[in-house]
Amino acid sequence: MKRRSFLTSTTLAAAALGLGLPAMAQEPLKVGFIYVGPVGDMGWSYQHDQGRKAIEEAYGDKVVTSYVESVPEGPDAERVLTQMALEGNKLIFATSFGFMDSVMNVAAKFPDVKFEHATGYKRADNVATYDARFYEGRAVQGTIAGRMTKSNKIGYIGSFPIPEVVQGINSAFIHARKVNPAVEMKVVWAYTWFDPAKEADAAAALIAEGVDVVLQHTDSTAPQAKAKEAGIYSFGQASDMEAFAPAPRISSIIDNWAPYYVERVGLMLDGKWASSATWGGIGAGEVQIGEISEAVPAEVKAEAEALRDAIAKGDYHPFTGPLNKQDGSVWLAEGEVADDATLSGLNFYVEGITAELPK
Amino acid sequence: MIRLERRAVPSRLWTVATPVAAVLATMVAGGILFAALGKNPAEAIRMIFWDPLFGPNASYFRGQLLVKAGPLILIAAGLAVGFRAGVWNIGAEGQYIMGAIAGAGVALAAYPAESPMIFPAMVLAGALGGWAWAMIPAVLKARFGTSEILVSLMMVYVAQNLLAYMAFGPMKNPQGFGFPGSRNLQQYPSAHNPELIAGTGMHWGVVAAFVAVIGTYVLMHRHIAGFRIRVAGDAPKAARFAGVVPGRLIAFCLGLSGALAGLAGLFEVAGPSGQITDSFNAGYGFTAIIVAFLGRLHPVGILLAGLLMALTYIGGDLAQLMLRLPAAAIQAFQGMLLFFLLGFDLLTNFRIRLGRARA
Repeated sequence: MKRRSFLTSTTLAAAALGLGLPAMAQEPLKVGFIYVGPVGDMGWSYQHDQGRKAIEEAYGDKVVTSYVESVPEGPDAERVLTQMALEGNKLIFATSFGFMDSVMNVAAKFPDVKFEHATGYKRADNVATYDARFYEGRAVQGTIAGRMTKSNKIGYIGSFPIPEVVQGINSAFIHARKVNPAVEMKVVWAYTWFDPAKEADAAAALIAEGVDVVLQHTDSTAPQAKAKEAGIYSFGQASDMEAFAPAPRISSIIDNWAPYYVERVGLMLDGKWASSATWGGIGAGEVQIGEISEAVPAEVKAEAEALRDAIAKGDYHPFTGPLNKQDGSVWLAEGEVADDATLSGLNFYVEGITAELPK
Repeated sequence: MIRLERRAVPSRLWTVATPVAAVLATMVAGGILFAALGKNPAEAIRMIFWDPLFGPNASYFRGQLLVKAGPLILIAAGLAVGFRAGVWNIGAEGQYIMGAIAGAGVALAAYPAESPMIFPAMVLAGALGGWAWAMIPAVLKARFGTSEILVSLMMVYVAQNLLAYMAFGPMKNPQGFGFPGSRNLQQYPSAHNPELIAGTGMHWGVVAAFVAVIGTYVLMHRHIAGFRIRVAGDAPKAARFAGVVPGRLIAFCLGLSGALAGLAGLFEVAGPSGQITDSFNAGYGFTAIIVAFLGRLHPVGILLAGLLMALTYIGGDLAQLMLRLPAAAIQAFQGMLLFFLLGFDLLTNFRIRLGRARA
């Protein structure tokens, strides 16, 4: 079945190209990946590359994957995307928000090539978007952090003040406050996704402010190393960062792109690929909670896991009212749940966070 | 016993031969590196140096070569004038950013008005932005004798923070759903710096780069001012007797290189990049320093060096994609180029002698 539909899809692809060449059944589907960081960052790009490897494993010689790493956002990304399309890649994954306009430009020039853009909001007939509900994982982290802090100060290393990150800060804070009403949140913006030196500085600044649990939305393990030195707790980001377990790394958020990538490539092979916007969370398996280490008391672990399971089943939404905005005005009434449109453009803190969101 | 003996006069032969020898040595050493990584070195070298020019899809890459080389040549041409005079502007990256901010600022202020005057006004603003930023180290040096090397470099970091502030703050696209980054100037006809002939990569920035090469050639080799600049670099005391005012010379050199870097930034933001984003600067200002030296601080040399550097970028991406070479190997390869250039440079001023020195 699969093989037959595969034949059809390559025939269609060749016909669509208008090359008039006889379709070769053996010709594998070429899938390209463009990464913003090095594949060895052990965080964001590393996880995407794990997804790429999962594709190779799932489809064997029906696919050929390739990637270009550390591509700056802007004209360079546009050139690399064009190169990939010219080299015959039929499905291209662009794995950083900043690639958005480049993807749109190149997609317009290559209508037969399908593009998948991570975390963006622009779509076309041949451009799909996908993202993960990281804020679900942040709720679990916030719960653990709220229970684990002794100084009642939690630190958060922000990358950029974009909605995805603001969701995470709010979610972590809401759930830390729920279990520990005295908790305060300190936020430092590193203005980078991956820069070990800057991330280490940000962690040091938080530690100097008396923070004893650090969450991060940047991809290197530098904050883990700082946390270890200072003897405080931290969470793995994007990748499990298990090298720092059981402490300082007491749990982690793992981006698991493999199921999505395998599914999308499968659709492509079957000729059923269509543009869509996917936003999966813990339930869909895109967001995983890394092993909660033995540094965390058993009852806290049980509480965190119960929250994780409730979110996975859809019984609980991390943004459920009553919730006020930072200025005290009402955001969500009792029992009301935030809608995706508001979340995907989230640009305010919830009540109780004293830091100011950079405008 | 091998020893070095200073030449009475720099070798003319080696002045010309050094860059060629450096490129050849880079190919050999790079080939060994690629072989050690388990790739076919000949294939990798061909992929980097040959395929973008003459391989399949070369018609696209040749245009991209100009897009990539344009800003490098434009900046390096200005820097070389200062370097000849012993004025070390290391902060072209910052001036590039400021030119882009100033130019894009004009466009965003005028949006959505359409007028043929907008683009010229942007060009002016871009040059002024870069010029003004370079004037800060110039004035500090002339007045207080501060090191322009340090001040101009530090101003890069100030400019980067200002860029991030602009992308997240005043210049953020009001229709961007809260995401960072300005409006895309490619979609604003009056402000867009388009491809002048479709498919060639030629935009106004590339034209400006050619004009800068010719202009600095005339200045340095056909004009009394160029003679004074060269004397000031070679023999500062003699230059004073010849009537060179050091303060003015510093202001001229920094101002010129700043204005050209600002122009490069403006043409980039209005053209290939399109947007003010926090990651807008892709290191052109720093790479241009390498280009200036690779080109022997001579305008024609810079033109060739800029194209060569662009070739290693484009070919490097291609080698990553096709041969799965890691990005770090490509960067090491580019680093070797400068390393060998400086190494062979020794031969311009020294000769190698065997045997003991005569008393």
